Amino acid sequence: MAINFNNALGVHERAVNLRIQRAEVLANNLANADTPGFKARDIDFRAALGAAEATSQGLSMTRTNDGHIDTGAAMTERAALLYRNPHQPSLDGNTVDAQQEQATFMRNSMDFQASFQFLNSKFTGLTKAITGQ
Amino acid sequence: MSLGNIFDIAGSGMTAQSLRLNTTASNIANAETASSSTDEAYRARKPVFSAIQQNMMNQDGFGSGWGPEGAASAGVQVDGVVESDAQLQMRYEPNHPAANEDGYVYYPNVNVVEEMADMMSSSRSFEMNVDVMNTAKSMMQRILTLGQS
Repeated sequence: MAINFNNALGVHERAVNLRIQRAEVLANNLANADTPGFKARDIDFRAALGAAEATSQGLSMTRTNDGHIDTGAAMTERAALLYRNPHQPSLDGNTVDAQQEQATFMRNSMDFQASFQFLNSKFTGLTKAITGQ
Repeated sequence: MSLGNIFDIAGSGMTAQSLRLNTTASNIANAETASSSTDEAYRARKPVFSAIQQNMMNQDGFGSGWGPEGAASAGVQVDGVVESDAQLQMRYEPNHPAANEDGYVYYPNVNVVEEMADMMSSSRSFEMNVDVMNTAKSMMQRILTLGQS
């Protein structure tokens, strides 16, 4: 039986990827905390992970012509970005709540560490299986 | 790798905030600079920030595609520095060397209290970007240990 990394690593590989993408979006929110008119954005993690799972399990459209757009690759590449509902938008149209964004960023990085830990232990397990110890 | 983008984003934020701090320093330093006419008078300077919009397509033709909801922006940029058009302070000081023929001297329209608040705000925002960069760095360092037991 050949080792298939997709099956062996499970959901964690995609979870780590999504965590990194989310960190990027949140970092962008924080960088634009003082930009007039900037709207804070975020990824719906559950929906994004669900979409990544679905496309990886072969529920994508088949390309019968070279001219067709590869929908599977395009959809999994990046998760859909949504706008945050502001609690208290400022007068200049900025909807970034710096404290909330920072808390979310920290939370995301902890979740990243958790996903990473799982991924790492998958690799450790594989190494054990290969060396037979 | 998108973790690398975080460094660019936080870096752009730090650049913008330090420019804002720069204008604040200039405003406070010139708060008492007198001049004899309205044209020569120093006016408070304010930076204008805007979000950098990411290109929908990379150069190799592959969409970085954030989906139909629109492209993500990638950091912040300073569009320019504008001068405040608030009214200048006109003081009657006939003995001042810069006084005009009527004995008036023009002082800048710098609100020092406002500038101090701006200074604190920009230094806090700068720290926030440093925090983000540090977290991204530790995330990247963890990625580098992948597979090591």
